[in-house]
Amino acid sequence: MNKDYVIEATGLVKSYGDNRVLNGVDLQVERGTMLALLGPNGAGKTTTVRILSTLLGFDAGTVKVEGHDIIRDADKVRSVIGLTGQSAAVDELLTGRENLVMMGRLYRLTKASAKARADELLTDFDLQDAADRPAKTYSGGMRRRLDLAVSLIATPPVIFLDEPTTGLDPRSRLSMWAIIRKLMDGGTTILLTTQYLEEADQLADQIVVIDGGKVIAKGTSAELKSKVGKDRLELVFKDAAALKAARKALGKDVISTDDKEYSATLVINDTNTDVKRVLDALVSAKISVQSMAVHKPTLDDVFLSLTGKTNNQVEQEEQ
Amino acid sequence: MATPLVFENRPKIIMALLDSWIMIKRSCTHILRNTDQLLGTFFQPIMFLVLFATVFGGAISKALPPGISYLDFLMAGIIIQTVAFGSTTTAVAVCNDLQKGIIDRFRSLPMNNLAVLNGHVVSDLLRNSISTVVMLLTGLIIGFRSHASALNWLAIVGLILLFTLAFSWLAAIVGVVAKSVEAVQWLTFVMIFPLTFASSAFVPTASMNSVLRVFAVNQPITQVVEAVRALILGTPVGNHVWLAVIWCLGILIVAIPLASWLFKRKSA
Repeated sequence: MNKDYVIEATGLVKSYGDNRVLNGVDLQVERGTMLALLGPNGAGKTTTVRILSTLLGFDAGTVKVEGHDIIRDADKVRSVIGLTGQSAAVDELLTGRENLVMMGRLYRLTKASAKARADELLTDFDLQDAADRPAKTYSGGMRRRLDLAVSLIATPPVIFLDEPTTGLDPRSRLSMWAIIRKLMDGGTTILLTTQYLEEADQLADQIVVIDGGKVIAKGTSAELKSKVGKDRLELVFKDAAALKAARKALGKDVISTDDKEYSATLVINDTNTDVKRVLDALVSAKISVQSMAVHKPTLDDVFLSLTGKTNNQVEQEEQ
Repeated sequence: MATPLVFENRPKIIMALLDSWIMIKRSCTHILRNTDQLLGTFFQPIMFLVLFATVFGGAISKALPPGISYLDFLMAGIIIQTVAFGSTTTAVAVCNDLQKGIIDRFRSLPMNNLAVLNGHVVSDLLRNSISTVVMLLTGLIIGFRSHASALNWLAIVGLILLFTLAFSWLAAIVGVVAKSVEAVQWLTFVMIFPLTFASSAFVPTASMNSVLRVFAVNQPITQVVEAVRALILGTPVGNHVWLAVIWCLGILIVAIPLASWLFKRKSA
């Protein structure tokens, strides 16, 4: 069955001099779904978005957006996409309303239509009170909301969100997520880039992990997690002797132990039967357990196993 | 998303003009909202005019033909100098747009991107017109008198606008090429300062040494200043008006395509 792909990129290559930032990236985004492009800084996320939104040329590969070739029909592509970049691209001296109307006019809306749509968006994005103040007086969260509102002025069917919540406080991030979910409910096709595993996990239908200009994994959040591995059971004992005894009793099921915390980690396939089996073994060996917990793999684990680094390590290296 | 959207459906050329009109409105709004710059637009011309007239007036008037006051002589020069420096705000505005994310926004729209340049250049005409009017009014208050006919004034206005347009497009090139707003400031300064001072804007070229005079007499600012001055004083204009027009048109013919090409390349 042919799937209805709104964004289709094949074999994207982009170099700056000797520095190859994209090395054969393939992406497909189905109509009405969200694809999250996940990766550390410098992985090629922004470069990919800039190419897909007609801002940047590329050295090899093909891109189609809504069936339009991105090179030959750039203007057609531009009339069906909306872009929200990393730095809020609004005119600081114009008011929120003026920004919206101006961009609406540049999207080819009639004056009356642009004004009506601006009013709608100001209400939807909770910016009515600030509508007639210059954008430079806005807070960071308000600016991002205005920026996203601007890219929605002509209700384009395809939206690119380049790290829409980077640098936002937790409350602004949640309100941004709510807005993005509403967009998805409305059937908009979205490509989102993020460094936050949680964001991709929460919002996206499909996740593509890129690192060093290459796609290193793709799938749903659940698929990626299952690739990394099974659920794990963590047991904490009261002292070193108990830990040692448990290790003996459980044998090869133990994959790691921590001698300071007196804890042991086991891989389990089926939570019900395996937990019961482990507990039975401990009870018959008369070893008491202080606490136990089952851990599902997180996207952090996915990231670790794919890139050999945790996201935190990547961030620290950059600092 | 309740209201259905209505899109313009007009020929491409009309849409391109509409884009430019939208960007002109944007840049003009910037001029009116940027209060610091607006104050400069009002007070810098007053300061220059009063300082030059009072500081140099006594010394230079001795070198002028009899019957012409330094203030009347100075008026054309100081207007052109102010307008030349004023055009550099185009460079700052263009550079600012390119540094900020907003240029990506414009480029992701189905609009004509050169409208961004048109907006800044045309709005510069507005700001420089304000400066010129302020300067003429200040001049009248401190004793400037002109015997120019209405037709002469029409020619003066036309020349000043043409000159502003030419220098704004030159400034647009600087704005596109420069890597930062600071770079724009010194680049335009280095470009405009020698051109205005090594000209007949403030002193008659007869008093300069021969090498400097050859440069001064043949460069565009002298031609424009001489043309405007003759029109203001009501003296014979000679070739100056035509040479000034040819210089300005020549600059435009080179600068508009060059600025547009560089802009497209830089923002790609």
